[in-house]
Amino acid sequence: MQINTPFFKQRASEALHDENLQKALGNLKAGFPEKRAIAVSRMPEFEDLRDQARDLKNHIIEHLDLYLEQFESKVTENGGHVHWARTSDDANKIILDICKQVNAKTVTKGKSMVSEETGLNDYLEKNGIQPVETDLGEYILQLREDHPSHIIAPAIHLNLEDVSEAFHKNHNRPKSDDPAVLMQEAREVLREKFVAADVGITGANFCVAETGSTIIITNEGNGDLTQTLPKTHIVITSIEKVVPTLEDMTLFQRLLARSATGQEFTVYNTLSSGPRREGDQDGPENFHVVLVDNGRSEMVGSEFQDMLRCIRCSACMNHCPVYGAVGGHSYGWVYPGPMGSVLTPKMIGIEKGGMLPNASTFCGKCESVCPVRIPLPKLMRHWRQDEFSKHLQPKAARYGLAGWAFLAKRPALYKTYTRMANWFMKHWAGKKGRIEKMPLAGGWTDWRDMPAPQGKTFMQAWKEQQKNGGSH
Amino acid sequence: MSREEILNNIRRGVKRNTADDTARQTVLNRLSAKADNLIPARAQLPQQEQIALFIEMANEAAAEIIELDSISEVPSASAKWLRDRGIFELVTSSTAKVDALDWSPLAEKDIQRSQRVAQAGDFASLTDSFAGIAETGTLMLHSSPQSPTTLNFLPDNHLVILSRSAIVGVYEEAWKKIRAQFGATLPRTVNMITGPSRSADIEQRLQMGAHGPKTLVIFLIND
Repeated sequence: MQINTPFFKQRASEALHDENLQKALGNLKAGFPEKRAIAVSRMPEFEDLRDQARDLKNHIIEHLDLYLEQFESKVTENGGHVHWARTSDDANKIILDICKQVNAKTVTKGKSMVSEETGLNDYLEKNGIQPVETDLGEYILQLREDHPSHIIAPAIHLNLEDVSEAFHKNHNRPKSDDPAVLMQEAREVLREKFVAADVGITGANFCVAETGSTIIITNEGNGDLTQTLPKTHIVITSIEKVVPTLEDMTLFQRLLARSATGQEFTVYNTLSSGPRREGDQDGPENFHVVLVDNGRSEMVGSEFQDMLRCIRCSACMNHCPVYGAVGGHSYGWVYPGPMGSVLTPKMIGIEKGGMLPNASTFCGKCESVCPVRIPLPKLMRHWRQDEFSKHLQPKAARYGLAGWAFLAKRPALYKTYTRMANWFMKHWAGKKGRIEKMPLAGGWTDWRDMPAPQGKTFMQAWKEQQKNGGSH
Repeated sequence: MSREEILNNIRRGVKRNTADDTARQTVLNRLSAKADNLIPARAQLPQQEQIALFIEMANEAAAEIIELDSISEVPSASAKWLRDRGIFELVTSSTAKVDALDWSPLAEKDIQRSQRVAQAGDFASLTDSFAGIAETGTLMLHSSPQSPTTLNFLPDNHLVILSRSAIVGVYEEAWKKIRAQFGATLPRTVNMITGPSRSADIEQRLQMGAHGPKTLVIFLIND
């Protein structure tokens, strides 16, 4: 996928002016956060589950090599094959090779963000194999030659009209604006694809070391048809998805649906353990798991290790005021929102991804809803430091910070300056007490008024309070 | 080679080498202990209350529950359900439990029964289930030569037999039940199914019946 991350600022600005996008994003804000809150309130142990999930993930990362080896040996024992891919290219080549071995012409795909990360669809197409996305959202995007803007609700940036238009163009059927009719249409069109496909590719939410199983967690059932009907099932997933036992997987299952869609449990939680067994009448004859690294193994032991706990629930972006305002495409690559702001610079480089850790108000909402308690603001701060020390920030930000540091180190000057600035802003704002326009502050005032400082500066108030006996 | 590079990177990160037996032992212990993590109180109930919770949660997930006094009533109940919806075909699994039933009530209503894998265009299937999990109203099914997985996903309507005695409180109990029957090697596919298929990918508006069954009917047997 093309990297547009360096243009974050411009794309965000365009997104804010895009009425259709703003309408679509409204659906997000009204949906997931409220549903999650209800689900959490119905599970009194939720906070304790989060603590345990964090601790378990930490244990897994500390022993990741050993659990991966165990997983591999169990998959092999079940008659499957494990492939290791250091990079996206490696992963794509491995998958193409498997497809060639079975003379595949068409491939159906369940939803997989790792395959977005490796750019698998483009790669297969270039090599003469037609991948068909079967998740409704992903299918809509494929028809529109578009990319996901959210990790679990990929088409959240689109409105009904967009879907209606895309289906009308591609399906040769009368145009409908009824979501139920549109979904039925997709169901009918894709049914033929499911049956005709030579290879089915899915992701995995978790890999169970104990049993050598992968699990997909979906609401539509497309993943199950994708992996059951073709002769070959390829799972593309990443190394940090391994969990020790079924009981350990269950801990994450209890957190995932509630954090993601606010459901008590996702409709289909399906474990796959190898190819079809003797006597089985259906199911794949070949079972492959491709374990993608793509920089993850280097995060172990680094200041970004905590990010490997992520279970891709999307709660952080669902609750993020920045994501909610600009949408996922502004982030310019595969993973948007707070988790994307931490992962993207790791995967595409800080030189290209440095804007993202800055696209945060550091309000802390992401960390407060993360089911595995990833300190996302802290990790974004690491990136900011890294960016600063590599001199990658825009000059204005660098000079601004230097100016501030100069003042902050000289208290007398700082006090005088803030008193003057206070006075100036108060008078600039006039009677309304709100600043509608001010030189150098367009980034703020174009979108909303800035409240003018009222009363004294903090230092003035502090001094007076100390003089009056200190209690307040 | 990718494999060694990845594993070595991890070992370097955790500052450990392959000769570290303590870490290996910790991992082996965890894998063999299969210990429970925190289990929510919700479903830790007497069995009767677990059954009530299963019904409540399955209904919430939009499954349809039909309570029957005996498993022998399944064929006539299926016939009625299908006939009411104008469906004249049923594909069933061929597990011992399903095969032991007298299926003549279907023929009496001109409904044809076949036993095979599912095909695109099938209107209805009927299978047995392995367990019901009260916590979220979830069914557990598994693949076998007698119960092809496509039956659970391809037909428009999925009818499932569940004995009250097969209802457990929480997922952990279901895993213990699976291990008791299959040992260390799971069936090729284990399906946890909670209600019929759905999607909210168009404008976040929930629609039932995406790619899997549009209806999930549970025949809950009083045994």
